Amino acid sequence: MRFSMTNEMMREIIMDHYGNPRNKKETDNSEYQTIFMDSVSCIDKIYIQALVKNDVLIDVLWHGVGCAISTASTSIMTELLKGKTTKQAQYILDQYLKMIHEEPFDESVLDEAIVFMNTSRQPARIKCATIGWNGMEKILNGNKKDR
Amino acid sequence: MDVDKIRQDFPMLRGIKMQGKPLIYFDNAATSLKPQCVLDAILDYYRNFNANSHRGDYDIAHHVDVLFEETREKIAGFINANANEIVFTANTSMGLNMVAYGLMPKIKEGDEILLSEAEHASNLLPWFKVAEEKKAIIRYIPLTKEGRLTVENLKKSLSPRTKIVSLAHVSNVLGYILDVKSFAKEIHKTQALFVVDGAQSVPHMKIDVQDLDCDFLCFSGHKMLAPTGIGVLYGKYDLLCDMEPLMSGGGMNTHFNMCGKVGLQNPPLRFEAGTPNIEGVVGFYAAIDYLNAIGMENIDKRERALKKYAIQELQQCENVILYNKESESGIVTFNIKGVFSQDAGSYFNSKGICVRTGLHCAKILTDFLKTDGTVRASFAFYNTEAEIDTFVEACRNGGNFLDAFFDDK
Repeated sequence: MRFSMTNEMMREIIMDHYGNPRNKKETDNSEYQTIFMDSVSCIDKIYIQALVKNDVLIDVLWHGVGCAISTASTSIMTELLKGKTTKQAQYILDQYLKMIHEEPFDESVLDEAIVFMNTSRQPARIKCATIGWNGMEKILNGNKKDR
Repeated sequence: MDVDKIRQDFPMLRGIKMQGKPLIYFDNAATSLKPQCVLDAILDYYRNFNANSHRGDYDIAHHVDVLFEETREKIAGFINANANEIVFTANTSMGLNMVAYGLMPKIKEGDEILLSEAEHASNLLPWFKVAEEKKAIIRYIPLTKEGRLTVENLKKSLSPRTKIVSLAHVSNVLGYILDVKSFAKEIHKTQALFVVDGAQSVPHMKIDVQDLDCDFLCFSGHKMLAPTGIGVLYGKYDLLCDMEPLMSGGGMNTHFNMCGKVGLQNPPLRFEAGTPNIEGVVGFYAAIDYLNAIGMENIDKRERALKKYAIQELQQCENVILYNKESESGIVTFNIKGVFSQDAGSYFNSKGICVRTGLHCAKILTDFLKTDGTVRASFAFYNTEAEIDTFVEACRNGGNFLDAFFDDK
């Protein structure tokens, strides 16, 4: 469902998620898998927590400190992946990373995440736009290995 | 100082663009730009007298040796030391590690190492290691409210157990200049040795180690027009003689046998195992000549003026939070209100401006400043007031930091 989003709309979406990040809370429920992502080159420190049951992402949470780009991209990711099967989640993740790296991608599954399509204009920020997504990928891959 | 003429000497300042805008390089505290004469000197070495040092009996090898030792003398002159007190290192971090590990055998359980909260990781982590190995104690000299170190606070922190005091001459975040001379006077009333991290001072001001009377001083070439990978450890000769080398190997021994008995060279060669960074030394030679021709006093004066001008202009921007208005050196540390430092960094990038963002490797200091990170603009003598004007204008509009991603202009 392609619709053309103006730059102004994209800015607003990023600022909205930066100002009011979704699913930003910490749980000590041991059923959740936790991944800590930090970076040598920047000061982002982001934890991703996911509850996976029967190959479904029942819940996706995050907490930590980050810039507007890492905060908004992680927030949008949690909304997008919550309730998806691990297979669907992996597909969405792949499309997102393809978009970030300027490869052909299926935008029909990315919803608000397409606001990051211009990230490659600031190559130094690709790590910010992907830090949460890379964390999620670790959880998904770890999940595969366990079986 | 004819800045327009000086700028012609730097290829990076002759038409290089970033994000389609003329490059404004305000990250000089990270590394300086290099003038053509330094690049020429490096190429000259590889093209015309490529040989190893201290190894050959042939003419071009001899030429390398002569140039190598001439550079040592030149650097000694630059900081008023003797040539045998100048050890070539890779960078400041390596120099500080060489001192920390070299002095480690002298540290005993319960000894105190005195540092500050404003130090760079390079002047903290080697000492943490020493403290851990020797069960020594790390203490921090308290900073004043504005972030300075004072002799008064030093006096309160020194104890009969203090063995080492290791401090930055100029803080890489706040840019305050330490009164090294008064500190040395106070420290030398005790048994402690005074190590100075000169990474941010030697490139920007006249240094006289005999007048300052510090025991060790480490600095990097790449922050003062020389290539990366070459630095200097200065130490008082007697102290160097009494210090263990961190690295062993070729060039640092006089003899060795099958039983593992090794005779050490005298300093500085004792600390220079392995083939050195010859292109780095050759480039350093040209860099020192270039700095001397302008004069360190002139460089100091010019950079202080740039800092003063930047502060004066930035104070008029309501959305700019300044953390070091009062500091003397050419470092401005700030934030744009409501903008995470790294978002500001990309925004400046989109305007062609290079600044550093984050914690600047001084991770303890952020607690002191009560912020998650800052933006740092650091000036060099080749920067201009016009560049600062462009930068200040960008700061004024810094709230629109997402322009970096969505502005089509």
